[in-house]
Amino acid sequence: MSHADMAMPHPGVMTEPAFSVPARKMAIWLFIIADAATFAACLVAYGFLRNGNPSWPTPFKFSPTVINAMVMTFVLITSSLTMLLGVRAAKAGDRAAAFRFTLITAAAGILFALLHLREWMAMIHEGVTLFHNPWGTGLFGASFFSITGLHLTHVVGGVVALLVVGARYKSGRLNADHLEVAGLYWHFVDLVWMFVVPFVYLLNVAH
Amino acid sequence: MADAPDVLGTEPAAQYTDSLGKYIVIYLCILALAGVQFVFAYSGVHAGGRFARMFLVALAEGGLALLFFMHLWAEKRGFLLFVLIFTGFVLAAMQYSWTDSYRMERGVPGAQPQIGTVR
Repeated sequence: MSHADMAMPHPGVMTEPAFSVPARKMAIWLFIIADAATFAACLVAYGFLRNGNPSWPTPFKFSPTVINAMVMTFVLITSSLTMLLGVRAAKAGDRAAAFRFTLITAAAGILFALLHLREWMAMIHEGVTLFHNPWGTGLFGASFFSITGLHLTHVVGGVVALLVVGARYKSGRLNADHLEVAGLYWHFVDLVWMFVVPFVYLLNVAH
Repeated sequence: MADAPDVLGTEPAAQYTDSLGKYIVIYLCILALAGVQFVFAYSGVHAGGRFARMFLVALAEGGLALLFFMHLWAEKRGFLLFVLIFTGFVLAAMQYSWTDSYRMERGVPGAQPQIGTVR
């Protein structure tokens, strides 16, 4: 087969990208769907553990835990907006503004992670570990640290991705589509938090 | 093939023409919905009711983020349906509520092993 034959599309072979979505964006969407399944599995399993344990503790006080969760939620949702602004600037060809908004988003992610770690440290100080807690079933600590830890890992990974993609975009080695893909991931991390907060935090507030 | 780009420059890409004001409004809506969740947490409703309400609010929040922040609304309808149906199917199919664990927890007749029987 000659090189020219290989370059010609054969009948029946798709030459258009599926749904007119570029391959890179389609790939991140498929990753997001798979990752949504991962988080859903964790949250559903958590729901069964919680329902199945009569001694499930509800230890979260308004101050500091719920207030901390409020601040973390505000930071993450706001970071989604700054990511959106960064992608808009990139689509408009404004590399400097896009990089600036990407850095702000990454900084918000770092702030979120630090707030999260501070809360973890406070809980560990109170005696909560993966296998034990002073209030009731030990599964509380296991589920709390597992779910929030999985999310925190995503946040840290997202911050690294934003910094790398942002820097490479600014230097001209990547284009706006790359930044958009990183942005989709970041929005997904924000979206997951919208479900983690009510189930893991707000259902366990002390009344 | 090594030099071939994985994304062709001629591929049609979705154009995001929404105004900045619209995004700000959506951002404020998501923030407000998040605030509603915190209010529900301290409502006098029993845990099941609180869960249902907070879950619905989370779905609304997630829907806004999915459609507008992630620009799903600006994509072709076929892609929008693909993501929603595919995700919905995956999430619904993996729910433990279809499986025996739910039956056992609920104590549906036949779910609990009877004394003296081997299953």
